[in-house]
Amino acid sequence: MSDIKKYLVDGYIPTIGIECHVQLKTNTKLFAPVSNDAKGAEPNTLVSHICFGLPGALPVLNKEALKLSAKAAFALGTSPQKFSKFDRKHYFYPDLPKGYQISQFDEPIIIGGQIKVQNDDGTTKTINITRAHIEEDAGKSTHPANEAYSLVDLNRAGTPLLEIVSEPEMHNAKEAKAFAKELWLRMKYSGVSDVDLYHGNMRFDVNVSVSKNPEKMGIRSETKNLNSFKSVEKAVDYEINRQIKLLEKGDTVVQETRGWLDDKQKTVSQRSKEDAHDYRYFPDPDIPPILLTDEYIKDIEDNLPIMPSEWRSKLSHVGLDNQTIEILLESNVEFESDFLEMLINNKSNAKQFANWIVNIEVPLLRETIDEKKTIEINNNSRQKIYKSVDELYRANKLSSNNAKNLLTKLLRSEELPNNITDYAEKQGYIQISDTSDIEKAVEKVMADNPKAVEDIKKGELKVIGFLVGQVMKASKGKANPAMTQEIIRKKIK
Amino acid sequence: MVDKNTKVWESIYDIANKVNNSELKAVDNVNKSLTRINDLDGEYNAIVSLIKDRALSKAQEIDKKISEGKNAGRLAGVPFIAKDNFLTFGSESTASSNMLKGFKSPYQSTAIEKLEAEGAICVGKANLDAFAHGGSTENSDIKVTKNPHDTTRVPGGSSGGSAASTALQYTPFALGTDTGGSIRQPASFCGVVGLKPTYGLVSRSGVVAMASSTDVIGPLTNTVDDAALVLDVMAGPDTLDGTTIKRDTESYDNTKLTLKNKKIGVIKEYFNSDNDSEAQKIVNESINLLAKNGAVVEEVSLPTLKLALAVYYIIVPAELSSNLSRHDGQRYEYSERNFKTLEESYTKSRTVGFGEEAKRRIMIGTHVLSSGYYDAYYKKAQIVRTKIINEFNQVFKKYDCLVGPVTPSTAFKIGENVDNPLHMYMQDIMTVSSNLAGIPSISVPCGEVDNLPVGLQIICQQNKDSELLGIAKLFEDLNK
Repeated sequence: MSDIKKYLVDGYIPTIGIECHVQLKTNTKLFAPVSNDAKGAEPNTLVSHICFGLPGALPVLNKEALKLSAKAAFALGTSPQKFSKFDRKHYFYPDLPKGYQISQFDEPIIIGGQIKVQNDDGTTKTINITRAHIEEDAGKSTHPANEAYSLVDLNRAGTPLLEIVSEPEMHNAKEAKAFAKELWLRMKYSGVSDVDLYHGNMRFDVNVSVSKNPEKMGIRSETKNLNSFKSVEKAVDYEINRQIKLLEKGDTVVQETRGWLDDKQKTVSQRSKEDAHDYRYFPDPDIPPILLTDEYIKDIEDNLPIMPSEWRSKLSHVGLDNQTIEILLESNVEFESDFLEMLINNKSNAKQFANWIVNIEVPLLRETIDEKKTIEINNNSRQKIYKSVDELYRANKLSSNNAKNLLTKLLRSEELPNNITDYAEKQGYIQISDTSDIEKAVEKVMADNPKAVEDIKKGELKVIGFLVGQVMKASKGKANPAMTQEIIRKKIK
Repeated sequence: MVDKNTKVWESIYDIANKVNNSELKAVDNVNKSLTRINDLDGEYNAIVSLIKDRALSKAQEIDKKISEGKNAGRLAGVPFIAKDNFLTFGSESTASSNMLKGFKSPYQSTAIEKLEAEGAICVGKANLDAFAHGGSTENSDIKVTKNPHDTTRVPGGSSGGSAASTALQYTPFALGTDTGGSIRQPASFCGVVGLKPTYGLVSRSGVVAMASSTDVIGPLTNTVDDAALVLDVMAGPDTLDGTTIKRDTESYDNTKLTLKNKKIGVIKEYFNSDNDSEAQKIVNESINLLAKNGAVVEEVSLPTLKLALAVYYIIVPAELSSNLSRHDGQRYEYSERNFKTLEESYTKSRTVGFGEEAKRRIMIGTHVLSSGYYDAYYKKAQIVRTKIINEFNQVFKKYDCLVGPVTPSTAFKIGENVDNPLHMYMQDIMTVSSNLAGIPSISVPCGEVDNLPVGLQIICQQNKDSELLGIAKLFEDLNK
């Protein structure tokens, strides 16, 4: 409790809990054999009699969604419940075709769990997970301005979601953001979700309250549908400040649902608790309860991909620092690349490789996405490229600039050259390290620039750089600059 | 009136055989059905819509197939009628409700698909209590069906149209749904065989849901053999219904059994002084007939059955109130156009689209699921339901089957129970427990009181549909 004091803001302790909707990476919807990929689809084209709620339409559970949810349990540091069931949550809205949403009420697939969150300053904190349940998404309503109608698109209706609920154990915006990011990494690395934030694959709801009494939480607001880490951080900060201001004025905080306006960087009230429904939850009689066998659970555990925490420890073993590791982990999510594996397999070159990944490959991948091109690099050819460039660089045959240039060229090339050294030579990247060749070039440059030679002799040593530049120019960048400088110094002495 | 001595149709097995052997034409069978309906139904109101064009073209396809030397299936050219809560092509599917008036389904129920795949042809849709809420077909939003044995009386319900159609021999069989007795009770009132199979044996996909945990689909036929054959075609798992189960047997058809040493329990709770004494006498004679022919018959008590009706009228309204939420007037159902707010659109559409009985049940269901009442009603009802299931399981350790009446009386007068919903609900008192327990039950005609049919109810353990049909067949033969 003593350490809670560090979170005090104007005498108040903020408390934050997060609910996150994760879209499960399935081909089809949660209860219907209909494509799940609504990106770019015309409205109401991914709809069957089940999604449309026709009479007689029955939900049949997508086994893949169940498997991914069971996998998510391990990603959240626990194992799935052997018994769980689906319930109906009733309310009327035009984008909810059945008049109820199929969800899990009191016996969800995941109970408990915890994840270790990386703060920006390198410290870690464990946040407990309350529960996670499977549910279907609703459709999408749009309300055109100044029109007497609304539009409903049911493409999204029935998309499988996992709603993860954290304990209210975060106390500032940075922790909330770090939690959101860690959840994102884990959902990605476990293969549970595509985690495309732009397309709403993960949506965060933040419950924020402030209180002067560390033993008793204040009244909370819930800001819904945040779709970036930044908006999580900003919305939490905004709510903390808004609530403190209210309380300082002697007002009270209203328990309500709020929305985040990204353009105005503020939250606004959407609906208050008084509008709360009686959802009349009851077990869905169309869906038999889920019973997971020990074998089923063990099989999932045994085939679990490497989780972020394990990557962290592996990457730290090959000598990478925390900051680089976090950048690598996130970039890997963004591009679904295999470069982490390469780093683990090349311990002695890992630092150099990581440097190039962060500074060359990742920007390059980003650039090619902007060009609407994708470059595909398989693990074998990447390893070959990195190793070859590194060998040439270590053998002093490449300047650091040309190493980057060569790497870029190779990563971009559609076909990998058979002999990378020959290729580098032909492309003119190999630097001249033969002393006699450089000496000849130096002699010529010195003869052509007598004034500069004089200046150096008088003690203006920085002019050496000018001569080096001239040699580089004459050799079209191939002369080894360090050797060139050394030779100039020797000759002038 | 029903003339029992005129046999309009041969057995389903024989019809299909003859069609496959070109002794009968599918087209002639369909025309025979359509003509019969046309001639008779003005008086009985059993049919709400005909599927003429589609049926005839299906029949032509079948005849053509056979003329090419191919087999057209186990139900080749056999016409049938489906209760109007089955979604079918070629007609509206309204569940006899104003809410679904004009609704043409873009998909068909699995049961219909399976029957069609074996060459059966749906020629019409039968009347029911709207959304299957009722036991007399008087709750139909379209019309009231009359009992073929006495047009002043109800045919029972909710599959009243299907039972009347079968008794009038419009087609060799009809499909019904049974949520609390809706196949067996009208079968008993109309003097036909009505089979309620084990829960999950026949897919519910494409059938307008009443109560998901008790709804089953079954045939109404003139003989037990016919019922067995139709079940055999429909039974089995369906990827469109997660509650379907594996079949317990290779075939439900031609089950060979003997009554010798069969242990039969007579359900004590189903015999009481409120029952019509004449009808009860006939049921008792039927049971004696079984005993005389080698069965070991004993009285057995399942004390919790007294609570079955109460449990049923909590769980079923709860589920149906939820299942009917989809009818919100926003898409394919009745939609009130004159409204100012979304809320008003919902309220007006549902007020007009649903009849009084649907509204009554939606209110009960909504109430028992409401926060604060859930534990007292719904949860408690589920506990008692489990107790009923356990009692049946106990009894079936000792007995091969249970027997009793289907209903407290023979068919009652049209209008007799209309203003007394509770009295109407009492009709279900001997049938609902089989639905709550998911066990198979059948109503087999066993006699008449004042020219009104009486049915014998036989009940078996879950997945013992084959055994049930076998015993029913033995009784049917003895009772000839």
